[in-house]
Amino acid sequence: MIVYILCFTLFLVGIYGALTKRDLIKIILSLGIMGYAVNLMIILFAYKEGGSFAILVKDGINSNMVDPLPQALILTSIVIELGITAMLVALSIRLFQKYKTFDITKIRRLSG
Amino acid sequence: MPVETWLIFILGFMILGSIIALELKDLLSAVISIGIVGLGVSLAFLFLQALDLAIVQFLFEIFALIILVRAFIGKEYHIQEPSRSHIVQSVVTIVVLLLILVMSINMFKALPSFGHPIFSTAKHYVENGGRETGAANIVTAIILDYRAYDTLGEVTVLFTAILGALTILRTKKSNGLAGGDNEAN
Repeated sequence: MIVYILCFTLFLVGIYGALTKRDLIKIILSLGIMGYAVNLMIILFAYKEGGSFAILVKDGINSNMVDPLPQALILTSIVIELGITAMLVALSIRLFQKYKTFDITKIRRLSG
Repeated sequence: MPVETWLIFILGFMILGSIIALELKDLLSAVISIGIVGLGVSLAFLFLQALDLAIVQFLFEIFALIILVRAFIGKEYHIQEPSRSHIVQSVVTIVVLLLILVMSINMFKALPSFGHPIFSTAKHYVENGGRETGAANIVTAIILDYRAYDTLGEVTVLFTAILGALTILRTKKSNGLAGGDNEAN
């Protein structure tokens, strides 16, 4: 159970960064940290004690196997995270070209 | 050492790395420190017997590092905005998040304990996957056969995200990132 709590702590560090930092790059990094924590948490649920990788060694049932379903789902999630990061970076580059700053409080003041 | 001890060690290292990355003033150092977290996740996947995920996570980390460094480390980008310290805001946030952590401990007690997964949906895949799909790797069998529509949706989302990023970055040739690339052609 202590592993789950540590993983949740990593997620909370990401939330802390997203809430308190005012630099756009730091906010993007915080979102990345939250994504890492969620992926790792779901794989932690899949681990079976003493289990081996989800590959059939020979014909028949490899009875001592970790849960392969969360691994397949997280494989999708990691790739989508890369797309999200690229999109956020593109948005922040455009914001920098327009406002000449990464500080979100100044960006808000200029737009209003 | 058992797997759980290794994982506790790696997770502690990752938490330390993420805090350092968020608190550093120099943005290049922060981007590199975030690599600690990503590669730590990759290492944790290896210990959790998720080999495909470890490779994909490693590649993701390298690509993300390249994108971030290429985008932000140039000209005057690397100077972080000097900001007044908001002590009250930080303290209130930390206290609230610690409260959330303490209250969520009961939730983690209700979950299945580490090392004992529920393993109900995957039972069919594990028992019949080799015979029905012909793939030795069960993860491949799931993403390319049982849940192929899911993978199709993933490709659609990735394509849309790349298209959106290119559309946002498209500028006139005189200024911006895309302009430099067009001049090279």
